Amino acid sequence: MATQPATTRDILERFGPHRAYALNGNGVGTEPDRLVKTHCCFCGQQCGIQLKVNGNRVVGFEPWEEFPFNRGMLCPKGVKRYLQGSHPDRLLHAYQRDPAAPAGFRPLSYAAAVEQVAAAIQRIQAQHGNDAFAVLSGASLTNEKAYLMGKFARMCLKTANIDYNGRLCMVSAGAANKLAFGIDRAANPWSDIVSAEVVWISGANIAECAPITTHYIWQARENGARVIVVDPRITPIARTCDLFLPIKPGRDIALFNGIFHLMIENDWLDCDFIEEHTLGFDKVAEHVREWTPRRTAEVTGIAERLIRQAAEWWGRARTSFLLHARGIEHHTHGVQNVLGAINMVLASGRIGRPGCGYATITGQGNGQGGREHGQKCDQLPGGRDIAKPEHRAQVAAVWGIQPDELPGPGVDAYEIFRKIDRGEVRGLLSICFNPKVSLPDNAFVGRMLDKLEFYVAIDFFLNETARHAEIVLPGSLQEEDEGTVTQIEGRVIKINKCVDPPGEARQDWRIVQDIAAALGRKRGFTFANPREIFEELRRASAGGVADYAGITYERIEQEFGVFWPCPSDDHPGTSRLFEDGCWNPVARGQGRFYFPDGKARFHVAAYSPPAEDIDDDYPIILTTGRVVSQFLSGTQTRRIGPLVDQYANPRVEMHPRLAGRLGIADGEWATIASRRGSCTLRAQVVTTIRPDTVFVPYHWAGARSINQVTIAAQDPISKIPEFKVCAVRVFKADAAPEFEEM
Amino acid sequence: MPVPDQYGFFIDPTRCIGCRACVQACAECDTHKGMPMIHLEYLDRAYSTQTMPMVCMHCDSPTCAEVCPADAIKKGEDGVVRSALKARCLGCNNCVLACPFGVPKMESDFDLMMKCDMCYDRTSIGKKPLCASVCPSGALFFGTREEIERQRPRSAPVNRFQFGEQTITTKVNMMAPRPSHAPPGTGGLRGGVRVEVTECLHETAEDKFFPLDLMTVGLFESEGV
Repeated sequence: MATQPATTRDILERFGPHRAYALNGNGVGTEPDRLVKTHCCFCGQQCGIQLKVNGNRVVGFEPWEEFPFNRGMLCPKGVKRYLQGSHPDRLLHAYQRDPAAPAGFRPLSYAAAVEQVAAAIQRIQAQHGNDAFAVLSGASLTNEKAYLMGKFARMCLKTANIDYNGRLCMVSAGAANKLAFGIDRAANPWSDIVSAEVVWISGANIAECAPITTHYIWQARENGARVIVVDPRITPIARTCDLFLPIKPGRDIALFNGIFHLMIENDWLDCDFIEEHTLGFDKVAEHVREWTPRRTAEVTGIAERLIRQAAEWWGRARTSFLLHARGIEHHTHGVQNVLGAINMVLASGRIGRPGCGYATITGQGNGQGGREHGQKCDQLPGGRDIAKPEHRAQVAAVWGIQPDELPGPGVDAYEIFRKIDRGEVRGLLSICFNPKVSLPDNAFVGRMLDKLEFYVAIDFFLNETARHAEIVLPGSLQEEDEGTVTQIEGRVIKINKCVDPPGEARQDWRIVQDIAAALGRKRGFTFANPREIFEELRRASAGGVADYAGITYERIEQEFGVFWPCPSDDHPGTSRLFEDGCWNPVARGQGRFYFPDGKARFHVAAYSPPAEDIDDDYPIILTTGRVVSQFLSGTQTRRIGPLVDQYANPRVEMHPRLAGRLGIADGEWATIASRRGSCTLRAQVVTTIRPDTVFVPYHWAGARSINQVTIAAQDPISKIPEFKVCAVRVFKADAAPEFEEM
Repeated sequence: MPVPDQYGFFIDPTRCIGCRACVQACAECDTHKGMPMIHLEYLDRAYSTQTMPMVCMHCDSPTCAEVCPADAIKKGEDGVVRSALKARCLGCNNCVLACPFGVPKMESDFDLMMKCDMCYDRTSIGKKPLCASVCPSGALFFGTREEIERQRPRSAPVNRFQFGEQTITTKVNMMAPRPSHAPPGTGGLRGGVRVEVTECLHETAEDKFFPLDLMTVGLFESEGV
C-alpha cells in the first residue's frame, strides 16, 4: 500500500515545505571561496548564473554577464535559487515508510534501501510482467539523466511504461512541429526576435513564465516592432503591447484560421515560398474559407476590428516572429492549435531567415533536451521513434542489445495512472515529477498512488507525491551534479557542479545505476561520470534528427553553448533552422525541412470546442497558469521564503463584472467548483481578465491545489491535459478554508 | 573609488513587468541583507498590471540631506547620495518625510534611515548595481548614455522633475517616450490610454479600436523630450 503513512500535518512538520530565508547553520561564513559559472535550475531559458560557493555550500549568486542569452539578467527565482541548498527539508538519508515512526518515515541505510527497491521490482515483474513496473521521469533532469532514465526503463527494467512530466509541457508543440516541419525545436535563436517587424505572442505569459524573453521583445519594439498579444488576460507583457486580442480560452484555432482567411483574401501570402517549400496549402485554404472575420469574432470572442488589424499587421510584415506557449498547447486540441499557428507562419514564408522566426517557449529547465533522448514513452535518443525498426536498430546497436529486446511504445503519464487503476501497473519509480500537484483531477492521482503495491521516489525533498512512497531515495539538487541541458533556443549548455550531495544523498545517475546493479543487470549501467553518459548520448543521437554528435563539454564551455543539430566535431552547430541551402539527414539535400522531399506541411486545423464547455450548471471558464515567483509544482520554490512571500497563496482572478454578479468582493473567499472537485481561494478582482473566465495559478498542494478542479481530458495526439479550459461554478464561500499545507 | 562619471542609471517604467527580481536581488546586498532598498509597487492592480520600480534618484541637491539636522546624509563627488551615516543618524524621519520621491525608509529596528545608495559597494569597484544587473526587462539599466540612446530610440532620458515650486535634477534618469515614437497603432495618442478587456471583446466592441498604450507617458512627460 502506498498510502501516506502519517497525517499530512505530521509529515509537514518534519519534511516541510518549510520556508528558508537565510542559510541554514548560523555563524557560518557566507563569503564565497569560489564562483561557479553554471545555469539556473528552473525554467527552459536556463539563464547563465554564477553561484557563490563556500566549502560545500552554495551561499549566494553573482550575475554572469558574459553569457549571451541573459547577460546577467535573472528573474526572482534565479536570484533566490541558492536558498534551496543547505535547506532544512533536504533529504539526507534514504527513508522507509513506517506508520509507527515519527512523521511516518524511518531512515534506513542507502544500501538497504536500494536492495529493497530491487527486490520489489523483481517481485512485481515476476508476478505481473515487466510492464507492471512503471517509471515517471522529469524534464528538469539533465540530458545525461534523461538519457539514462530511458535506457534504464527499456534496457534494465525492460518495461514499456516510462513517461515524463514534459507530457504536461512540450508535447503538443513537439507533435505539431514534427507534423509540420519534421523536427521539434525552436526554429530560431532569440536574437532573431529583435529584428522582427511584428512579434506575435499567443498564449504565453512571457513576463512571468519566461521573464528574460521580455527583454528581447522590448528590444524588438525599440527597433520598431509591433507586438500583438493573444491572451484571455492582460498579462504584464500585454500591458504595453500594440494590439491585444482577449481570446476566449480554447478558441485559438479559430483565430489562426481567421487570420489565414484574411491573408488569402488580401493576398498577404508568400506564394513562391508556398510553392517551393510546402505541401498542403490548398486544403487549408479551402478549410479556412468559412472562417470569415465575423465568424472568427463570434467564436473567439475578440472584436472583429482587432482581428482585421492583427491580420493586416501580420500579413504586411517583412519580418516577424511568432511565439507561443502552454496557453495554446494545454488543450484537447493543443496539437491543432499549434498547427494553426504554424500554418500562419508557413503562409507568410517568414521562416529560416534573420528576423523571421517561430518558436514555442519551452517551459521546464530541460523541456527541450528532456523530450529528445528517450524518457518519452514513444521515443528513443536523438529524437528517434521507438516504433520505427531502423531507429530501434540504431539505438540497440549503441546499447549492445538486439532490437527485439527493446520494448515497444508505452503510454503517457496520465494513462500510467489509469493503468494503475486497471491493475496493469503495480509498481512505480518516480524522479523529478510531482504528479499529485501537477496533474489534473489530482484526487484521482492520489487514489492511484494509494493503490500501488510498491512506489519508490527519488527526490531531494519529500514532495507531496513522495509522501506515498514505500522507499524514498535521496537524490541530487542541480548544483550537486554536472551535465548538459538544452535550453529554449536549442542551445546545449553545461551545468557545473558546485557542491557534493550532503549526507547519504547521491547523484541521481548513481542511484539509478545502483538499482541496476542490485537487480544484477549492471551491463550498460557502469558509467563513472556524466561525461561518459554524454559520450554515449552523442553516439546514440548521431545520425538522428536531434544530433549531438559534434557537441562536447569543452565546446559548450568555449562557445557559450552549442546549438543542435551538430553532427560532427567541425560543425558549427545550427542556431537557425530551415535556412536556404541547409542540409538535414531526412531531406538529404532535397529541401529545408525534415521530410524526404524537404517540404514543410500545411495541416488543416479544424476547430472544436473544449472537452468541457460551459453550460447552465457550470457557466464559467476556468483557466490555469503560473506566477513569476513560483515554479511548476513548487517542490523547490515553496521552500524558498522570499519567493513564497512574494505571492504566498493562490488567488482566483475575476473581472469586476463577474464578481459583481456573484456578489464577491476583492479579497473575499470564493469557491471554484467543477464536476471533479472544488477549491476555495481569495478573490482578486481585476479588470485585466475576460469577464467569462477566472484564472488560478497551480503551484500549490492539498486544499489550495486548483488541479483538484481541472479536467483530465487529453489531446488525442499529444496526450497533453486540458489545463487551460474547464467549466466551473464560482460562488462566495461560507467560511475560510482550512489549509494544512504550508 | 568614485562611480565612473560616464555611467548612468536609467529607469524605464514602460518596460517593468513587476517580477520583483530587483527587489529580491537588492535584499541580497551584504550591507542590508534581507532588506530591499528598492521600491516596487502596483500602481492600481484592480485596473492594470502596471508596476513602478523606484530607486533613489540621487538628486543634485538632495532634499534629504538638506533637511537632515545631523548632517548624516552625504553626497559624494560622483553624485551618489549615500545612506545615512549610522553614527550621526538621529532617526528623526525628516528625510523620509521630505524626499519628493518617497525613497528613504526608516528602519525602526536600527533607528536608522536606509535607502538605495546605487550599490556603492559594487558601483565603486566597476560593477553594476545588482537590481539593474538582474532586471530581465531592461526597466532598470546601468550603463553609458550612448548605450541607452543607441538601444532605445523610442524614449529619452529625463532627469528634471517639478514638484510644486521645487525643481529637482537628479543623477538617475527616467526614460520618457518621445512623441515621434508613440507606439504604432495608437495614432500618436499620448498619455496613458488604458485598455479595457471588455472593450476588446466581440460583444461590445463593434466600432471601437482601443490601442493598448498603458505606458506611463502621462506620468513622466517632461520638457525637453
